Amino acid sequence: MQKDREKRNTRLLEIFGLLLALLWLSPFYLMIVNAFKTKRGIFEGVLGIPVEFTFENFVNAFAELEFLKSLFNSVLITGLSILIIILFSSMAGYALARNKSKLSGIIFFVFVAAMLIPFQSVMIPLVAIFGQVDMLNAAGLIFMYLGFGCSLSIFLYHGAMTGISKSLDEAAIIDGANRFQTFWYIIFPLLKPISVTVAILNTIWIWNDYLLPSLVLSEANATIPLKMFYFFGQYTKQWHLALAGLTIAIIPVIIGYFFAQKQIIDGVSEGAVK
Amino acid sequence: MRNRSLSFWLFLTPVILGLGIVVVIPFVYGLIYSFTDWNGLTANNFVGLENYIKLFQEDEFMNSIWFTIKFAVITVLLLNIFGLGLALLVTRNMKTNNLMRTVFFMPNLIGGLILGFIWQFIFISVFGDISGITGIEGLSGWLSTTNTGFWGLVILTSWQMAGYIMIIYIAYLENVPKELIEASKIDGANAVQRFKNVIFPLVAPAFTVSMFLTLSMSFKIYDQNLSLTNGGPFNSTQMVAMEIVRTAFSDREMAYAQAKAVIFFLIVAVISLTQVYYNKKREVDV
Repeated sequence: MQKDREKRNTRLLEIFGLLLALLWLSPFYLMIVNAFKTKRGIFEGVLGIPVEFTFENFVNAFAELEFLKSLFNSVLITGLSILIIILFSSMAGYALARNKSKLSGIIFFVFVAAMLIPFQSVMIPLVAIFGQVDMLNAAGLIFMYLGFGCSLSIFLYHGAMTGISKSLDEAAIIDGANRFQTFWYIIFPLLKPISVTVAILNTIWIWNDYLLPSLVLSEANATIPLKMFYFFGQYTKQWHLALAGLTIAIIPVIIGYFFAQKQIIDGVSEGAVK
Repeated sequence: MRNRSLSFWLFLTPVILGLGIVVVIPFVYGLIYSFTDWNGLTANNFVGLENYIKLFQEDEFMNSIWFTIKFAVITVLLLNIFGLGLALLVTRNMKTNNLMRTVFFMPNLIGGLILGFIWQFIFISVFGDISGITGIEGLSGWLSTTNTGFWGLVILTSWQMAGYIMIIYIAYLENVPKELIEASKIDGANAVQRFKNVIFPLVAPAFTVSMFLTLSMSFKIYDQNLSLTNGGPFNSTQMVAMEIVRTAFSDREMAYAQAKAVIFFLIVAVISLTQVYYNKKREVDV
C-alpha cells in the first residue's frame, strides 16, 4: 500500500518536473520560433509557430555578427586564457602545497583573499594602467584573465595536492629529475581531474564575459558577447533579426554542453562546494 | 621546496605578476586615487574625503544601492527556494533525473548579456501578446516602469541561477546517507517529517554556502542589468555595478567613480567575510 502510494507520488512529481523543465526551456523556444518569422509574422503573433518560414534572418544576422570572426576571437581568447591559467595556477598550487613555511602560507592567503575584491573595484585603475603601456588589446586581456582567474584555480589545485603523496616527488628527484620535470611529468598528469574542473569553471565566465572585453578590445577584435551587444543596439525592435542573432550566438555553448554536460555539472559542483 | 629555493619562486612568478599587476596594484592605486581629483591620467590634488561625502549625497548612487539591496534580498530568497526545490525534485528516484538537471542548469552556461536580450523580448513582446489575448493588463508595458523592471530582473536572475544553486544543494543532499532515509521511513516518518528532521539538519551547511554565494552574486550583477533594462526608465533600475561603470566611462569622473568602487568593495567584502565567519563557527561547533 505505502509503496504504491509512494510510487504514484513519484510519478506525479516526475510529470510536474517535466512540465517545469518545459517551462524552463520556453524562453529558448520563443527565441527560436520567432527567429524563423518575418518581421510581419512577429507582429501578427509571437506565441505560435511561423506561418511563413524564413531562413533569411539567420543569413543576415550571421553576416552582421561577422560570426566566424567573432567566434574565432572568442575561441582564441578563451582558449589561450585557459591554457595559461591551468599551467601557471597548477605550478603555483604545487609549489605552495609543497612548501609548508609561514611565507608560503601568507602567499596562499593573499591569493585567496584577493577573491573578495569585486571586478568593479579595480576596473578603473586597471584600464588606466594598461592604457598607459598600450596593452588594451587581446594579449593584455588574456593577461588580465590570468590575474582574475588564478586565485580560485590555485585554491583548487592547492586542495587537490593534499591527495598526492610527497614520496612521488622525492622518488623523481632521486632519479635525477629537476623540479620542473618532476612537476610536469609526475604531478601535472595526476592533477588532470582538477584541471578539467579549472578549465570548465574559467571557460564559463571568460567565454561569457562582456564588461572587461568591452573596456579592452576594439570592435575589430570583438568576442561574441561584445559583438552581440553592438548588433543588438543596431537592431533594437527588429526582433526577427535580433532573435536570429541571439540563437546563433548560443549555438556554440549548446554544442559544448551537449558533449560535456556531465563534466560541466560535476565541475561546477566541485568548484562551488569547496 | 624551501623559501630560498629558486624553483619555488620560479613556479610562483607568473601568478604573482598576474595577480599583482591585474588586481593588487590597481586595487591599491584605486584606494589612493579615490582621495584625489584623478581624471584617469593625472591626479593633481588630494581632496580628502570630498568624493566620499559627495557620493553619500548623490541621489542616483544611493538609489542604486537601495535598489541593489532590495534586488539582492528578494533574489536570494527566491534562488534558494527554487534551488532547494529543484534539488529535492531531481534527487528522487526517477528516470528523467539527469534530463531535468541538464535543463535546469542550462541557463547558467549562457552569458547574462544574451539572456537579458532574450528576456527583453519575452517581457515586451510575449507578455504584450499574452496580455492582448487574455486581457490581463498587468502583463502589458513590462520593463517600462521601475516596478516591472525590478521584477523583470528578479525573474531573469532567478531563472538563470536557480540551476546553479540546485547543483550545490544536490551535492549536499547526495551526502545524506540512504540508510538514514530508509530508517526514518521504517519508523513511519512522512515526507515532511523526513525533510524537517533528517534531511534539513544534514544540508544546513548548504544554506550558509548558498545564501552568501547568491548574496554576493546578486550584488555584483551587471550584464543582466545592462541588457534587460539598461538601467531604465530614468536610471531607476540601475544597480551599483552599472552606476560605477557609468560614472567612470560615460561621465568620465574617474576619482569619484573609484570612491564608489571602494564603497562597493566594502559592502561585498563585509558580506563575504560574514560568510567566512559563519563557516568557521560552524566547523568549530561540529
